[in-house]
Amino acid sequence: MFSLGDLYKEVIIDHTKAPRNFGKLEPCSHDAEGFNPLCGDQLHVYLQIDDNNIIEDVKFEGQGCSISTASASLMTQILKGKSVANFNTMFSAFHDMATADMDDKPDEDVLGKLAVLAGVKEFPSRIKCATLCWHTVKSAIEDAGQPAKTE
Amino acid sequence: MNIDNIRNDFPILHQEVFGHPLVYLDNAATTQKPQCVIDAIRQYYEKDNSNIHRGVHSLSERATKDYEAARETIRNFFNAKSTKEVIFTRGTTESINLVASSWGGANIGKDDEILITHMEHHSNIVPWQMLCERTGAKLKVIPMNEAGELDLAAYAELLSERTKLVGIVHMSNALGTINPIADMIKQAHQVGARVLIDGAQAAAHMATDLQALDVDFYATSAHKMYGPTGVGVLIAKEELLNAMPPYQGGGDMILMVTFERTQYNELPHKFEAGTPNIAGVIGFGEALKYISNIGFSAIEKREKELLDYATKKAQSFAGLRQIGTAKDKACVLSFVLDGVHPHDLGTILDREGVAIRAGHHCAMPVMQFYKVPATARASFSIYNTEAEVDALFTALEKARDMFA
Repeated sequence: MFSLGDLYKEVIIDHTKAPRNFGKLEPCSHDAEGFNPLCGDQLHVYLQIDDNNIIEDVKFEGQGCSISTASASLMTQILKGKSVANFNTMFSAFHDMATADMDDKPDEDVLGKLAVLAGVKEFPSRIKCATLCWHTVKSAIEDAGQPAKTE
Repeated sequence: MNIDNIRNDFPILHQEVFGHPLVYLDNAATTQKPQCVIDAIRQYYEKDNSNIHRGVHSLSERATKDYEAARETIRNFFNAKSTKEVIFTRGTTESINLVASSWGGANIGKDDEILITHMEHHSNIVPWQMLCERTGAKLKVIPMNEAGELDLAAYAELLSERTKLVGIVHMSNALGTINPIADMIKQAHQVGARVLIDGAQAAAHMATDLQALDVDFYATSAHKMYGPTGVGVLIAKEELLNAMPPYQGGGDMILMVTFERTQYNELPHKFEAGTPNIAGVIGFGEALKYISNIGFSAIEKREKELLDYATKKAQSFAGLRQIGTAKDKACVLSFVLDGVHPHDLGTILDREGVAIRAGHHCAMPVMQFYKVPATARASFSIYNTEAEVDALFTALEKARDMFA
């Protein structure tokens, strides 16, 4: 059985208390809002993507639980300097990690320290908290014009 | 009232969650079911299952008799005038939608106003918004104060001859506030408005005498009063129901159908199209008998003791802010804790066996009023104990320490 400590790792508590890259990015080339209607989490992500499809900068603001805040904070750290193609690979790997079978190991080559969030798969009602920021960035990049939802 | 005996009536309570005894404090979302309700549903499926109001065989006659007996139990429980006024639905939400669609469609025009309170559940907001969109009528909101009590002076100001309907939640599921519906109904009637009371949260905690209150429309759900999910009731004045067009067409709501025209059935069947939730209605009736056997004076006394005990603990818990501190409230302790999001609290408490609700409680405008995204909510019932309240606060300490 997974314990609470598998979910609330020190890194996650640390990012909850002091989220990195928190705030508005001005100017930015892409932005989008995300909502988790189940628990009221709200997120706004801002991206500056250059002509070569490189994410130069990324920030987020909003309010949410520890898992959604820490996930967004970790995501912004890792996305800086990555290409949009990189993002798409990581999006899939992250999604797989959050919804994988218990025994599957996360793809640490792709995910790096994001693997710290692997514990959410043991907490089904919390998976959407972790994936909200990724869906929101995806919708910002795709310029969907619609808020991202976890549903 | 012997709590041990009552707990023994509820088989689900005797289990462990993650190695801890289950502490079920999510009663405002749904209450657990006593053995007698489970048995009544089981008896129906094992012995009496058949369709009602049509068969001439023994099973159908038994099922019809039990279904209609439940209608009488429910009439008596809420002191409605006649079983013609008791319409079975899927629950409070469907009951309100029925009124908004059928009565609203026939009676609301573009210059009319519908008045609701700031603490309504989404089910008593959205159907009226939809009606206003269809008709051009205006939706107005009775404000509340910081304690979560309605501003009755503002209510008096908002009422006018344009007000056609006032929708009021009897007890707020997000705050626990009990609203002074008796006076509010009188005031609404003085300007000729009809009143709909959302009784979903209140009905298991206090007696509701619909004739004494002179309620026009009353909606509630079985599952919040120890009955099954998926069944509820609309109780409305006979003259209103008679004048209303049917909500849904189909079997059981007709007397005669030809391709040229249909003659609708008498009340209450006119509003019960299709095969209803027969087992659910029978279980609902049984649940009300269970409540009546304990009695509301014992229930109210016990639940007040428990809420007072929990409230005292909450007041001395560092970093805890109560959301909803009305003078008149029941069974709900809604709160936020500094530094710990309600959603995280929900997960951490679950691992200690403590079930609470974390979220907006389908009352987002209440969250907007208090400028919080969500609250944690512990809600109590007759089977909860002081030891369970202690377990809640021990788990809260653990959560606070994790994020300290």
